[in-house]
Amino acid sequence: MSREVVITGVGAVTPLGVGARTLHERWSAGVVGIADGKGAATEFEPTEHLSVKEVRRADRFTQFALVAGDEALAEAGWSDELPYEGDRIASILGTGIGGIGTLERGKELLIEHGPKKVPPLSVPLMMSNAAAAAVSMRFKLLGPCHGIVSACSGGADAIGAAKMMIESGHVDAVVTGGSEAALTPLSNAAFSALDALSPSGISRPFDKDRDGFVMGEGGAILILETRENAEKRGAKILGTLRGYGASADAYHLTAPDKTGGGPSRAMQLAMKDAGITPEDIVYVNAHGTSTSLNDSAETAALKTALGDRAYEIPVSSLKSSIGHLLGAAGAVEAVATLLALRDRIAPPTLGLENPGEGLDLDYVPGSAKPLNIDDKPAIAISSSFGFGGHNAVVALEAA
Amino acid sequence: MANAITEEAVQKTVYEALPQFGVDESDITREATFEDLDVDSLDLAELSQIIEDEYGVALKGDDVGKIKTVGDAIDLVVQKGS
Repeated sequence: MSREVVITGVGAVTPLGVGARTLHERWSAGVVGIADGKGAATEFEPTEHLSVKEVRRADRFTQFALVAGDEALAEAGWSDELPYEGDRIASILGTGIGGIGTLERGKELLIEHGPKKVPPLSVPLMMSNAAAAAVSMRFKLLGPCHGIVSACSGGADAIGAAKMMIESGHVDAVVTGGSEAALTPLSNAAFSALDALSPSGISRPFDKDRDGFVMGEGGAILILETRENAEKRGAKILGTLRGYGASADAYHLTAPDKTGGGPSRAMQLAMKDAGITPEDIVYVNAHGTSTSLNDSAETAALKTALGDRAYEIPVSSLKSSIGHLLGAAGAVEAVATLLALRDRIAPPTLGLENPGEGLDLDYVPGSAKPLNIDDKPAIAISSSFGFGGHNAVVALEAA
Repeated sequence: MANAITEEAVQKTVYEALPQFGVDESDITREATFEDLDVDSLDLAELSQIIEDEYGVALKGDDVGKIKTVGDAIDLVVQKGS
């Protein structure tokens, strides 16, 4: 019998502020964390949370993971002492690009001042595993430690990998999630060149006037452990990581398959892994990027995977509030989904006024609404899709 | 053009560089060990870069292994530059 994986702590740093509850409460209240066409984590001041040395030793994407990690470990009751041997705890974190800000600064110094001016910290800060390594060092986690790199599905794929590691018995617990800090000139220019970024700077998933995604930054951490161990140590269980499903489109480097075939297979695999049917799902946290292609392909995928049930379930996108956090998105959205389920609400898709053609699901426009599920279990799926044709879906049940 | 290497100048450079790595200014003396100041190999690589930039003297490889105290680092730079 497989080991049931529960969530005992969450943390987040996002454009809505520092803290998972802040994220949940502000999104649910309809706050938009996007300004000047980007979702910057403006309330995050690294030196309020980390020492001078820690700040210097960490790219911004790593700083997000460390601070979200502090919050998550505290909630799980791990701050003073780890509940398991260090080598039974893994650190598995997703990212899309890693320390691209560090890379860009290093390149500037190289060009302007020559190779002797390139900082020795460049490589250890820019590497995509830096956040996973820093989390392992900060919290003395001695088990498996690596980054998961699958573009914008990285955060969800990390959570999925963590789940499988616990189920297989390789470890007893995992500090997992994802982080991204790619609001940089190169990254902006490169996404713009692809016509992926919104020229209007407005994130309005599923709207007929949607014109691309708005880039955001941040990170989220989840503490995963077995239900048996969590109950034994008297931990407060926030919810259960019921399922994970992943697939590849094998179709196009950046464009989604219009039929949503890959995403729908990931959704079906997540439901199968969770042992649930579409009828059990009460909320969908969509990838919902606000690009023309994603939002229609994702809608098609939901209809394929959920059948008629797709029309009955609220589907909303956090990206309407904070933009697209790339490799952090799946982790931040899993945290937001869990907290929404705990409150039995569907937070809104902000900025959605007129759904695009063929987009006829309940996207929860404007304001949050209650789930009205009575005693039924609060189960949702949260989807993440990435360039390269990566699709990752997690199924969560709140306590 | 590299600056003139005097003990006084090098000490000033080192004393000004260390706080950037998170070292408390009041803890910095010639006798303080880098270990006690929590200055590790990565910090020393950065310090070396600062020193090389100012004085044209590199602290690399075996040199770094010999340095235990702040004074050791200053003396080595002065010695290599003379």
